[in-house]
Amino acid sequence: MATMSPPTNLWEQVKATLSRGPTGYSFLGLYAAICTWLLLTNPRTSLNTDIAFALFLLLLLLIYRSQVALGFKVVLGGLMLFVVLPIFGTLNPFYIDVATQAGIFVALALGLNVVVGFAGLLDLGYVAFFAVGAYLWGIMSTEQMTLMNPAWSPVPPIMFYPFILLGLIVGATFGVLLGLPVLRLRGDYLAIVTLGFGEVIRVLANNLDRPINITNGSQGIRGIERPPLIFADFVRNTLGLNLDDQQLYQQFFYFAVLLIVMLTVVVVSRLKHSRIGRAWEAIREDETAAIAQGIPLVRTKLLAFAVGASFAGAMGVIFASKQLFINPPTFDLIRSINILAMVILGGMGSIPGVMLGAVLVTMLDLQILPRLATVLRDLQRAGAPIPAAFDPTQYQRLFFGLLLILMMIFRPTGILPDERRKEELVEDQVVDLPLDDGEVDSGEPPPPTQAPPGSGPIA
Amino acid sequence: MAAEANAQTSAQAVRRPIAETLRTVFGPLVQLLLFVIGSAIALSLLVILLSLVQLGARPDLLTRTLTILPQVLIDGLVRGFLFSTIALGYTMVYGVLEFINFAHGEIFMVGGVTGAAVGLFLASVGLLEGMNPLFFVLLVVLIGMIVSGTLAVTVERIAYRPLRGAPRLVPLISAIGVSLVLQDVVRLIMTNSPLGFNARYQSPDFGPPIRLFEMTLGDRPVPIIISPKALVFITAAVIMLIVLNYLVNATRLGKAIRATAQDMSTASLMGINVNRIITLTFLIGGALGGAAGALFGLNVGTVNPYMGFIPGLKAFTAAVLGGIGNITGAMVGGLVLGFLEAFVASYLSLFTNGALSGAAYADIAAFSILILILIFRPSGLLGESTTQKV
Repeated sequence: MATMSPPTNLWEQVKATLSRGPTGYSFLGLYAAICTWLLLTNPRTSLNTDIAFALFLLLLLLIYRSQVALGFKVVLGGLMLFVVLPIFGTLNPFYIDVATQAGIFVALALGLNVVVGFAGLLDLGYVAFFAVGAYLWGIMSTEQMTLMNPAWSPVPPIMFYPFILLGLIVGATFGVLLGLPVLRLRGDYLAIVTLGFGEVIRVLANNLDRPINITNGSQGIRGIERPPLIFADFVRNTLGLNLDDQQLYQQFFYFAVLLIVMLTVVVVSRLKHSRIGRAWEAIREDETAAIAQGIPLVRTKLLAFAVGASFAGAMGVIFASKQLFINPPTFDLIRSINILAMVILGGMGSIPGVMLGAVLVTMLDLQILPRLATVLRDLQRAGAPIPAAFDPTQYQRLFFGLLLILMMIFRPTGILPDERRKEELVEDQVVDLPLDDGEVDSGEPPPPTQAPPGSGPIA
Repeated sequence: MAAEANAQTSAQAVRRPIAETLRTVFGPLVQLLLFVIGSAIALSLLVILLSLVQLGARPDLLTRTLTILPQVLIDGLVRGFLFSTIALGYTMVYGVLEFINFAHGEIFMVGGVTGAAVGLFLASVGLLEGMNPLFFVLLVVLIGMIVSGTLAVTVERIAYRPLRGAPRLVPLISAIGVSLVLQDVVRLIMTNSPLGFNARYQSPDFGPPIRLFEMTLGDRPVPIIISPKALVFITAAVIMLIVLNYLVNATRLGKAIRATAQDMSTASLMGINVNRIITLTFLIGGALGGAAGALFGLNVGTVNPYMGFIPGLKAFTAAVLGGIGNITGAMVGGLVLGFLEAFVASYLSLFTNGALSGAAYADIAAFSILILILIFRPSGLLGESTTQKV
């Protein structure tokens, strides 16, 4: 989080030295080497490994933010993600699972970012599309098929691959189905309707075990199929790695998610700079003006909704297959809020920001909060006045709620703000106008959001 | 508001005849009553019709339908007044700020938890047993109103006021954050106090259920009963609605609120302190929500930190159903939605022969209504169509 620090002179100098030129290359190379060494020599799950893992993630951020040659960035980043992390994963299954989970949420957050960040439509039921994808594979690949109709049998596990595509299509279809009626509404109505839709999907998943057992109700679906390990022989014989099936599956899902995330990033960034992306932005900034410019409002919004929902649908298929088990509480409102918090923390509309936000929130969920819980328990045993029932892992709502409020008050643009929004900010500072169109003159001083503390380095 | 020096004379100058005041106060209530009776009759006819259609296959259906009908209507009234009192908080804030106060359901929950805490305290000092039930109701409602109203004003001060004038999504996201934080803070407090997560709402003995009348259907008489707590809830809700109507439609303060809702900047030019009106709006809405929470918790018997979320959503649906920003509309929408839900919850499993559980699908019915209303009549039952502000 280099950008959060105040832009002191010394800091600027250090940053400039380390981010370009020979010092930059050697700094990044050295850092990468140290990180690799730290990770590979600390295979046990402990606080030290947590720190090494965090340093590893920071390295990826630094590679992205530095100003070295693009080729060097790609090679170093690729080496870290495609070689170092998987090898570390064979030593310690926990961290590669965290990385896979983070990858899934990066893709989900990128999808939600299309809806919330690009088009400015607040979707509070995003997880519903995720649930649709997950239940699609969960139902089709298990005994549920036979329960629904004795003549049907589950699809073979190899169908996993086409089902990712099918999840994409089904997600998009649901997005359009929900979007058609509600997208004519103003933004805040939309938020409530999507929230209601998310609840409806969850309630349906919970109750569709009668009269026909489709979703197996609140017990959830067990034993969801994973795709067959078609590459097992290649890895074991040609590469000579002696991995058991469990490890191979972890590696498989890690690489699958990594590839999908890369694909998503390409698609989303191409979309963002396309004609459609600019239309979304126009709608976000001012609907009336966008209509006046000839942008078909409902169609453009619908497209944003469908694109976002299709990512969620596809990731749902992968998630179900990776988890082996899904049940309705997996897809409750807090999960939607979770993904929204990722988008807002990173910066609405900013692709690298959203990815950072997704990784940070997943880390908070899976590593920082459990770690905090053990620390608190130790303190409590030592006699500190901490309430016995306070377990940080059980108070996600509190943390994410606070995160949302604080981000909105102090830094609504997020940690890594969107470039184009930043440009608007600079321009406004030059002509000395407030950023927001002060529709309501309430006699209050302008909100403190106009000059986020980290916006100094832009100029 | 206007200079206080003129208040005396101008108040006398504009003093309206009592008849007119009565009309402005009770007019909306008559409208409300018409909607209540109308929707009750319409829904009753619908279920009777449905049972007649299925009569050939299941001969006992009509009797069973008629047997539970009065109870369903009473249940609908209780739910309806619950949604109405919460929806008022949404609609008042929306009217003034054009902002969905997402955390309002949690304000309601805090009222309920406060009531349970008062009950627990009174029981622990031994005062609860001999207490007059009506005095107890008055006490919990008053304390619930104070706590919830103060909380609503505090939330506005901390989380909404700094964001006024920001793009629409910004305060909404902040409100979602407030809602989550309140849920977990209350949970933290409750689980670390004698209340526990699912707190029992202790109260003095309200006496046995009241028998309204008996119906004779077929071979045995069916008593129609209403619990005294439900009766207290309905009465209190009606009183609150009357007082609110008087406050908004017949006082200077109400005029200031309506002026602020209509046009904030012009209102401030007319000498209205807009910030004070906004604070007051949150106070009134929060107090109503708190009173509803205290009464509803009493009626149900237990409270928990998550009890406000779904009623909050449904109350918002009710506010939209009636036309958001419209106070009478919020009451009407709440009651209509309450009836609909009670009918779905009770009759769905009866008509589908137990295949679909009504209680679960009542939620779906509420949200489907929200979506349908927004498609076909976005301005709601009583709302006037609005043009978008540029």
